[in-house]
Amino acid sequence: MRLPKLLRHAWTVASKDLLVEFRSRTAILSVAVFVVLVFVVFQFGHDPTAVSNVDLAPSILWVTFTFAAILAMNRAFQLELENQALDGLLLAPIERSSIYLGKLIANLVFVATIEVISVPLFSLFFNVPVLPYLLPLIALIALATVGFVAVGTLFSAMTVRTRFAELLLPVLLLPFMILPQWWAVVATGQLFASRPLSEILGWLNMLAVYDIVFVTLALLLFPATVNE
Amino acid sequence: MLLAEGLRHGFGAVRALDDVSFGLQPGQTLAVFGPNGAGKTTLLKVLAGLIRPQRGRAQVDGGRRAIGWIGHQPQLYGQLTVRENLRFWASLYDVPESEFLLRKDSLLVRLGLQDHEHRRVSELSRGLVQRAAIARALIHDPRVLLLDEPFTGLDRMAAEELRELLSEDAAEGRASVLVTHNVDEGAELATHIAFMRAGRFAHFAPRAGRGPQQVSEDYRNAIA
Amino acid sequence: MRMLRVGRWITAIALLLLVGVYVRALVFTPVERMQGLAQKIYYLHVPAAIWTETAMVLVGIASVFYLFLKDPRLDRFAAASAEVGVVFAAVVLTTGPIWGKPIWGTWWSWDARLTSMLFLFLLYVGYLLLRSAVADPATRARYAAVLGICGMGLVPFIHFSVYLFRTLHPMPIILKPSAPSMPGSMVATALFSVGVFTLLYVGFVVQRYALSYLREQLEAAGEVGHA
Repeated sequence: MRLPKLLRHAWTVASKDLLVEFRSRTAILSVAVFVVLVFVVFQFGHDPTAVSNVDLAPSILWVTFTFAAILAMNRAFQLELENQALDGLLLAPIERSSIYLGKLIANLVFVATIEVISVPLFSLFFNVPVLPYLLPLIALIALATVGFVAVGTLFSAMTVRTRFAELLLPVLLLPFMILPQWWAVVATGQLFASRPLSEILGWLNMLAVYDIVFVTLALLLFPATVNE
Repeated sequence: MLLAEGLRHGFGAVRALDDVSFGLQPGQTLAVFGPNGAGKTTLLKVLAGLIRPQRGRAQVDGGRRAIGWIGHQPQLYGQLTVRENLRFWASLYDVPESEFLLRKDSLLVRLGLQDHEHRRVSELSRGLVQRAAIARALIHDPRVLLLDEPFTGLDRMAAEELRELLSEDAAEGRASVLVTHNVDEGAELATHIAFMRAGRFAHFAPRAGRGPQQVSEDYRNAIA
Repeated sequence: MRMLRVGRWITAIALLLLVGVYVRALVFTPVERMQGLAQKIYYLHVPAAIWTETAMVLVGIASVFYLFLKDPRLDRFAAASAEVGVVFAAVVLTTGPIWGKPIWGTWWSWDARLTSMLFLFLLYVGYLLLRSAVADPATRARYAAVLGICGMGLVPFIHFSVYLFRTLHPMPIILKPSAPSMPGSMVATALFSVGVFTLLYVGFVVQRYALSYLREQLEAAGEVGHA
């Protein structure tokens, strides 16, 4: 069956990307600085009596995650362009989908790392208890992230070769990014407000459907972005 | 081993390829000379399967797995070591570990890179990077080599080594298509010569022992 | 060019009919009880909304066919549809607040439907920006097709968001499971205006398509550079 090979090659691509990032550390440092900045700004910029930390929570978290994701996605294909390796990848006897999946996995790992670090930090600095809602929260964050990173990875393959690459990607991604995040933010708000789980489940379903649709679309459309 | 039939490719008024056909057997090397814009790189890309021609077809025995490409792009990741780069590309070609180790060692020695195996590519000098690029192209033991202006920017020694390597490979049965705008570089290696202009082969024939001088003259006559 | 002329005629007729819609709306159709005169905007707002969404779906369908057939006519059509779609979306986004101010008391609210129209507008803007950022026509068509298909895929999700939220926005009163809850003459005017907008869409798209074809011819002859 071709599937294991597809995944194996995808993992080769992903691990290469992660190794390169680990060695250069540029992206992770930028994000770390950004996270600190966001936390500080929000902490000192709001009046705790007027707006509670819990209400701010989804916004702060998602701004952070979005920034991290866009950074990662911009870099993903930029890496190939810099090293002029894209042709090499296309020449190799691997499915185009492996390239996409590999990039997607690398991007997701990167964003997930940021998310895993940010949430506890956030909980600590803003005094918002997260543990009681941990599982649904993880599910929400994971599903929403997969959704827009899937689309973003696809788009970045196109934008990387255009004139205003770094600017164009967020613009193109905006509607695809806002929608799942919007649902996630509302759901997170409801979660922290201790609404019943059945309500949250509705949002999780929507997010899951979104993910399935767009990961599939991205897999199908990726070859069109690299084949001439 | 390698077959091109009636290749046509181009958009609008620009014909990158205009009815190109030829075949190559194992051990043969075709050198394609032509001015910039003649369609040489497009031809290579079609042979490699990177571009699907609008008409005609190109076929390489063994498919993409059997093709190696040496061009001006090193296709190496600066942050990774020479060895890690080789391992990465070898994985994409499904080269088994044992085979990889053997071939890697022999290639590194051949190309004078043994001492640099564990150094990051970004730290290497230009000449070393180019040799590493050659190693990358050969790590999966391709039966067909496609070379796009491979001598550009190579220092004297590296160019010599590449020439040696290519003739050894031909002796081992590799087929190669070498594309360049500099007749001196490729003439001696070739078993067949083609002159390309505006997407067409203005001349295609076995070299038949003609030296670089004569080939140069033929080229001037054909293209002028 | 003949196509251009045909397009211009269709648009002219449609615009005339649009005036007719409004004559009908203002003179012959009853004033809505709760919303008053402001409701009359409905006849501009709703058909524009219907057509901007349809235009996006058409962009998507043309894009799918383009990826299989590689026919540049499909790409030209998609581009034309997108340009018309963005204009209609802008119409919705401006008529919305005009309608909303007297009724809700505010120019903008982040209500689901208006927000989703904003998304659609952003989709269009992104699509047109991508087109302008790519110089090579073949690559441009390919990339645009990819984006167009994703955009089409997003539309149902945008749509569903309306039903997930209890909103300030008037719920659909015609396209719903039970019988339309508007009086007959209003429905008639509404249908009339949808028809007019259909004609407007066709007229604009035909013109835009013709212009883009002319431009390509000029570019090929070397007269005009790529914008």
